[in-house]
Amino acid sequence: MKWTHWLLLPLLLALAAGLGYAVLSLPDRAQGLQSAVAAQLDQSGVTNPVTAVLLNFRGYDTLLEMVVLLLALLGVWSLGASAPACSQSTPGPVLDTLMRLLVPVLVVVAGYLLWAGAHAPGGAFQAGALLGAAGVLLNLTGGRLRHGLGRVALRVALVAGTVAFMAVALLTLLGGRALLEYPPAHAGILILLIEAAATVSIGVTLAALFLGNDATSEREQ
Amino acid sequence: MSIASLYALVGVGLFCIGLHAVIAYDHLLRKILAINVMGSGVFLILIALARRGGIVAPDPVPHAMVITGIVVAVSATALALGLMLKVAAATGRAELGDEGGD
Repeated sequence: MKWTHWLLLPLLLALAAGLGYAVLSLPDRAQGLQSAVAAQLDQSGVTNPVTAVLLNFRGYDTLLEMVVLLLALLGVWSLGASAPACSQSTPGPVLDTLMRLLVPVLVVVAGYLLWAGAHAPGGAFQAGALLGAAGVLLNLTGGRLRHGLGRVALRVALVAGTVAFMAVALLTLLGGRALLEYPPAHAGILILLIEAAATVSIGVTLAALFLGNDATSEREQ
Repeated sequence: MSIASLYALVGVGLFCIGLHAVIAYDHLLRKILAINVMGSGVFLILIALARRGGIVAPDPVPHAMVITGIVVAVSATALALGLMLKVAAATGRAELGDEGGD
C-alpha cells in the first residue's frame, strides 16, 4: 500500500493533466446535433428537445434502458435475501407525520414532472425517481408498501413501461413504419402513454431495488 | 476559458478523485461510492461539453445520454450493493483481499 500509493498519485496527476488538456483543447464552437434536433422537433410530438431525443429520436435506447432496469432487479433478486429485513417497528409521531405529508406531495410532483416533460425539463425518469423515493420512504417508515402490492400486481407494475414501449414499437412496425417511428399526428399522446407506464415501472423498480429481495415471494412461502 | 470548460475540468477532477479511491481503498462500499463519483464526473463533462457552441440552446443529445446514464448507474449501484452484502455474508468482511480469499 505504501509504495504503490506514492506511485499512484503521480500517475493520477498525469491522467488528470492529460484529460484536462484534452478538454481544454476541444474547439469552443462545436457543431453538435442541436440543429438536427431542432429541425425535426415539430414532428416529434413534444416541444422539449431532451424528451424528443429520449422518447422519439433515440427511442430504442430508452426502451433498452428499461430492460437494463429489469435486468438489474433480476440480478438483485437472484442474489437472494441477504439483506437484513426491515424491522416492522411503528414510526414515531414526527416521522409518521412527515411521511403522511411528504408521500402525497412526492406523488403529485411526480405527476407534474411527467406532464411537464413534454415542454419543459422533466419526464419519465425524474418522475419515476420521485415515485421510487416515495416507495423507499414508505418502506423505511414501517414497511407498509410490502402489504400494498401483491405478487402479480408488483410484476405487472415492474414490466408496464417495457410492455407499453414494446407494444407501441410493434404497432409502428405493423403500421408500415420503422421501429418506434411514431406517426407525427399521434406522437404526443403515444409519448405520454409510454412515459406514464415507464414512470410507474421506474418508480416501482427503484423501490424494489432498495428493498433488495423479492418480498412478495418470501411472504407467500 | 469559458464557463463550460471550467465545469468540464471539475468533471475531470471528480473522475480522477474517484479513480484514486477505487484503487487506494479496500472496502467495497468505498469502491462502489467512488465509482459513482467517477460517473458523476463523466456526466458533468458530458453536460459541460453539450454547452459548447450552444448560442441558442445546449445540445440535447448528451443531456438525454446523461439521463439514461444516471438511471443505469443507479440500478448498477443497487446490484453492486447486493453483491457486496452477499460477499460480506459469505466472508464476514466487505473487502476483496488476497489474505482472505484462498
